[in-house]
Amino acid sequence: MSMITLKGIRHSYMPSPSLARDDDWALKEMSLEWSDGGAYALLGPSGCGKTTLLNIISGLLIPTQGEIWFGDKNVTEEPADTRNIAQVFQFPVVYDTMTVYDNLAFPLRNRGIDEALVDKRVREIGDMLDLSDRLATRASGLTADGKQKISLGRGLVREDVNVIMFDEPLTVIDPHLKWVLRSKLKELHQRVGATMIYVTHDQTEALTFADQVVVMHEGGVVQIGTPVELFERPKHTFVGHFIGSPGMNVLPCSIDNGQVIFAGQQVQTVDMVSGAPNGRTEIGIRPEFVSFSEQGLAVSIVKVIDVGRASIVEVRHADHIIKLLVPEGTSLPSAEAYIQFAPAHTHVYINGWLVGGD
Amino acid sequence: MAAKTTNQKAWLFVLPVIVLVAFNAVIPLMTVVNYSVQETFGNNVFFFEGVRWFADVLHSERFHASLLRQMAFTGTILAIEIPLGVAIALTMPKEGVWVSVCLVLMALPLLIPWNVVGAMWNIFALPEIGLLGRVLNGLGFDYNFTQGPVAAWFTTILMDVWHWTSLVVLLAYAGLRSIPDAYFQAAKIDGAGSWAVFRHIQLPKMKRVLTIAVLLRLMDSFMIYTEPFVLTGGGPGNTTTFLSIDLVKIALGQFDLGPAAAMSLIYFLIVLLLCWVFYTLMMKNEDQ
Repeated sequence: MSMITLKGIRHSYMPSPSLARDDDWALKEMSLEWSDGGAYALLGPSGCGKTTLLNIISGLLIPTQGEIWFGDKNVTEEPADTRNIAQVFQFPVVYDTMTVYDNLAFPLRNRGIDEALVDKRVREIGDMLDLSDRLATRASGLTADGKQKISLGRGLVREDVNVIMFDEPLTVIDPHLKWVLRSKLKELHQRVGATMIYVTHDQTEALTFADQVVVMHEGGVVQIGTPVELFERPKHTFVGHFIGSPGMNVLPCSIDNGQVIFAGQQVQTVDMVSGAPNGRTEIGIRPEFVSFSEQGLAVSIVKVIDVGRASIVEVRHADHIIKLLVPEGTSLPSAEAYIQFAPAHTHVYINGWLVGGD
Repeated sequence: MAAKTTNQKAWLFVLPVIVLVAFNAVIPLMTVVNYSVQETFGNNVFFFEGVRWFADVLHSERFHASLLRQMAFTGTILAIEIPLGVAIALTMPKEGVWVSVCLVLMALPLLIPWNVVGAMWNIFALPEIGLLGRVLNGLGFDYNFTQGPVAAWFTTILMDVWHWTSLVVLLAYAGLRSIPDAYFQAAKIDGAGSWAVFRHIQLPKMKRVLTIAVLLRLMDSFMIYTEPFVLTGGGPGNTTTFLSIDLVKIALGQFDLGPAAAMSLIYFLIVLLLCWVFYTLMMKNEDQ
């Protein structure tokens, strides 16, 4: 086990991509470090390059540019089977003709490991994944979640895995089992201690599984941080939109002499802006931090959606739609409503990027 | 619960199918059954013979010999065409322009009519003027398919392999292409070699299409008539007289309609039985 370092990785599926054209690249240049034993999530919408990045780490793809290091070893050119990685795919991959036992033993037998040791490991992993009573059954007869456990087990069975990667592993799992399997993964991470990288487009999965979430958008990494950081200080308006339910309010504003002005009113923000910057300027505030008040921005209520313990209230000021998340039981103002933004959670974005966020 | 409404109108809609099946299968088959229990004379005079023809056919050495020849032929071509077809499918490209080129090349033999295939191979294999015949004789083999039984068998089998391996290739290729990439990626990560990939991924995933391929080839080759008839006419002697050729000789050559009808029915039952046994065996493990 070791730290994984990506140095200036870039990848294109085209035969001769041009450095000048951004669109040629499925994965834009990035350098990342994954510390040993960490639980990471790669989060982003479909087609943002998550799977490409994953396949580069696992060795199924050789990047067009850049290097991958496992610890102090350059593995850029090494094939998948010598990298000591494990990968669980979106759709369960099991060897249909084999029993569960033989499936789990397969990676070990391929590596010529002594049968006594194989047996010991297979039984250990079988126990860990609650598969021990089904070791003798054929893998093809299992349900989707059982098959996904086998896929995972084939990774865990090798003692030397550097990293276990999950490519949207819960896609085909029934909703009520998703939760069970997710907590199992969390438990395994603590028990095995291997680095785990979890690819998903589901924020709940990412935020509950990972200590560090890597948010990707259009082939690039937009932010790496803990779930709390992503929630409280989204570095890019995309992260604000993508994480949180509902997503962050992003409202156009003007900046004059360090003062942020939205809809003709000055807004207190947490980020200091100086002068009058060029480009698109916006303020971002999460619905959780917008509240009704006696004075402030005059709005009219458009729509109220009950989401259980809270309500999402959509209000309008001129052409701007702003969402608020108000706790259950809050009485809504009737005729004249005013809203306020919590200054500590009001961020300023220039061309989509957070001001003062590195 | 209300009683179900009975509506006899449904029969009306099924009627066309019943008529169609009756005319293209049931009535012709029943005619054969009718012949199989009677002795025919001129002027449409018939005598009921019971199961005599069936007993005759089952005890006939001539029938045994053709059946044995037929089984040897079918067994041999299956043993060659299935592995060869799979091997070719495995080496075919997976993407790019060569895919279409290969597929068209593979499909070509399948588009040629049976009697043309027979005629082509007849000329191709002629010892004096045919390319194959000249080459083999030039290499020092004593090759003449109209006189040597071995040469006749060799040519017939080669012809069938040439004509029908493509079918196995196309089916196997379709089976291979339908395997998701993730299987190969997982196998790579699991450190599986190419034999293990073939044995544990490709072969099991091809099982269904191969079952179809084997069944099709089994039935077709068991009923083969035109190609060997044009190529060898069943000879030299009776050495390439397969079941259907023998049947035609009895029915149309000797005009023994009764025995020929009995043989047809036995022939039909053998094909049916073989297919059933085979299908059951191949599918036995499917639902476990």
